Amino acid sequence: MLETAMPETAAIIDHATALFEDLNFGAARDWKAAVPGRKVVGYLPIYVPRELIHAAGMLPLGIVGGGDQLEVIHGDAYYQSYICRIPRSTIELGVSGRLDFVDAMLFPSICDVMRNLSGMWKLMFPQVYTRYFDVPQNYRDDIGGNYYVNELAELRHELGALRGAPITDAELNLSIDAYNENRRLVNELYGYRIAQPWQVPAAEVYLLMRAGLVLPVDEHSAMLRDYLAAARRTARPRRDNCRIVLTGVFCEQPPLNLIKSLELSGCYVVDDDLLLVTRWLTADVPTGGDPLRNLALAFLHHSESTAAKYEPSQKEKGQHLVRAVRRSNAEGVIFASPSFCDPALLDRPMLQHVLSAAGVPYVAFKYAENSGQMQPIREQAGTFADSIKLWSEQ
Amino acid sequence: MNATTAAPKAPGKDAEKDASMQKQKAMMAAHYDRLTDAPQSGAKVCSTFVPGNLNELIACFGLLNNLPEVNAIQNGLRRTSGQFVLEAEKIGHSEDVCTYVKSDIGMMAKGNLAPNGRKFPDPDVLLLSYTGCFTFMKWFELLREQFDCETIMLHTPYMADGRITPNMLEYMVKQLKEEVIPKLERVSGVKFDIDQLRERLKKSAQAEEDLVHVLQTARNRPSPIDAYFGGIYYIGPIFGAFRGTDDAVEYYRFLRAEVDARLAAGLGPVTPEGDLGKERYRLVVEGPPNYTNFRQFWKMFYDEGAVVVASSYTKVGGVYDFGFRHDPDKPLETLAEYCLSVYTNRNLPMRIDMLVNYLEDYAADGLLINSIKSCNSFSAGQLLMMREIEKRSGKPAAFIESDLVDPRYFSAANIKNRLESYFQMIEQRRAGARSAA
Repeated sequence: MLETAMPETAAIIDHATALFEDLNFGAARDWKAAVPGRKVVGYLPIYVPRELIHAAGMLPLGIVGGGDQLEVIHGDAYYQSYICRIPRSTIELGVSGRLDFVDAMLFPSICDVMRNLSGMWKLMFPQVYTRYFDVPQNYRDDIGGNYYVNELAELRHELGALRGAPITDAELNLSIDAYNENRRLVNELYGYRIAQPWQVPAAEVYLLMRAGLVLPVDEHSAMLRDYLAAARRTARPRRDNCRIVLTGVFCEQPPLNLIKSLELSGCYVVDDDLLLVTRWLTADVPTGGDPLRNLALAFLHHSESTAAKYEPSQKEKGQHLVRAVRRSNAEGVIFASPSFCDPALLDRPMLQHVLSAAGVPYVAFKYAENSGQMQPIREQAGTFADSIKLWSEQ
Repeated sequence: MNATTAAPKAPGKDAEKDASMQKQKAMMAAHYDRLTDAPQSGAKVCSTFVPGNLNELIACFGLLNNLPEVNAIQNGLRRTSGQFVLEAEKIGHSEDVCTYVKSDIGMMAKGNLAPNGRKFPDPDVLLLSYTGCFTFMKWFELLREQFDCETIMLHTPYMADGRITPNMLEYMVKQLKEEVIPKLERVSGVKFDIDQLRERLKKSAQAEEDLVHVLQTARNRPSPIDAYFGGIYYIGPIFGAFRGTDDAVEYYRFLRAEVDARLAAGLGPVTPEGDLGKERYRLVVEGPPNYTNFRQFWKMFYDEGAVVVASSYTKVGGVYDFGFRHDPDKPLETLAEYCLSVYTNRNLPMRIDMLVNYLEDYAADGLLINSIKSCNSFSAGQLLMMREIEKRSGKPAAFIESDLVDPRYFSAANIKNRLESYFQMIEQRRAGARSAA
């Protein structure tokens, strides 16, 4: 069980929990119904430039599968047993009508399963504008940058066509500003957790980030502000936990209970790669000049590293994880990978070699979004935490 | 099986091969010798992948290409891949991921020996022509970790909307001009000669023309070829190290003459146990084969008189049967178009269109999907593809599962049962059609 939240934060977390548990996306439906003509654009992990959707006056809706509360009936008929769970529960969401209010879907370039799901969506939901969102794996401004600017321009054009009016630079710059502000607040929350992880349990941070997938950006920013203020007002008990970075969880989500179990087994999560879309860009995007160029350059030079991105330099491979460990004063890394997740599982041995060379201990396990049995994970994480404590005492 | 089942052929000790197969085998052996001779000959080696391989360009720099998937296939056929996969898992690779990768990693851990028993040279450069499969990117990062050599990334955008856009082409040509070619010049010490590239591309187009002719002979009844099991031999040179060479031109000319002769004589395909005999079922197959039990797998088909008349797997290294040929008049653009249009870089609707087209064009009885456990690029979405294709073509489809090079996932009894049921289903459809008529 999660430690009972403080009264002031409890109401915020209750709201975030309700959003998290609502597999009918009631908040997004209400947003759409409030004003005739509004449109909702769904997107899958890891990253899409939500600024473009927002600038079109549409609601970006993050879809990260069905979690452990969705009974997958139809979805399993579309996938063999050796394919991860997120596509089958996403299909379930679609086939069961839970996404019937969504006007467009974006499938980012992350792996072959997500890529092929974009084609399946085209076939299964032909009335929905569906786009595979390709991003460059070449990071030169004049090569990958130009390509990406043109891809963004095409998306901008098509979203403009969907709403019936082109998206202007002024609209786009306002949206960039709104997301800059949102990322600053997300980073502030992550920074606060690094400083005092007992004040912001991992499950609460996660629920707050999940809320950012379904709320309009300004509402989400307000929620973060309120939470930070409330969390700072009251002290919570500090435990003798070790500090870990959680990695590999960038696509299919672990069950909330898994995140809670890590802390219950003695690990403070001080950094993670959950829901990276909320902090993919690591610096503010300029709000002057060509907004598409600004978004493209931010992607090329100021974005997170993850398994779905090519790392051109062998020396740099895995260093983002070492930096995350150092930046957050972590004592170890937990690799949690979804079963059958090619990017996470193929990357893992390379990252483990880098951590070994840097003297950072780690442990690894797999999960599915509907994993129900947490005892083995608690035992593994607990043993890992104990071993870190023992080493640090030496 | 029902009463019309053909009697099984007696298993032969040595597989029968036609002359083109022998020739192809000799070509592959010679290439492996060139590779393993590299430390003595001074030749430099470029590791790259089959889909979207830039063989003509690589050859312009005097580099020898080494194809990790082909090495994994060779290990599958020689039944050594199983131990290599286990070795890779022992050193930390997940049981869930691509077995080509693990076979390769395991092979390197166990001495990195080529099929000729001699050690593979370390690559001088890794050219990641990244198309159609996400795993390639991680595989090359793993190889780079092992060899710490120059790595070149050529990113091929996915044909998600069924078309090649000017933005995609421009992106790729720019990568070729400003990243790939300068780095290949640096590694090889050879200046790029675009006229040499044009000459090689001319040879590619010539071989492609003959390959398409050969594959399309399967439109005839009986088909003189098996376009899946036999097709794998036919694609070897052009998908591998030979596209753009005189050897490839000569091989495909030879193959074409051989197949035309079989066609003229009214013969069916050659199987490992001789001529097929009566052609009873004509199938289109989607997905790669299993290599660890390749002959046993094939036998399940030819024992029943089943011929594969078209397959998607024989398009992974290039789709030529809808008109594309390497074009020497636009050498870099043509390489880009080639990379963009390989089978696994096509979206699902395109793949479905292609297979429906094959079912009609080749007068097939139905579709068979061999779903590969460790290949998400092919496998994710195949169940929907099957339904769509059945719906659109009105022809029956069947689904079997195996793996590329991991013998743990080849269950002969299960596959045979499913195939037998499938052939029965085709018979019933035929009987139904006859009685309706």
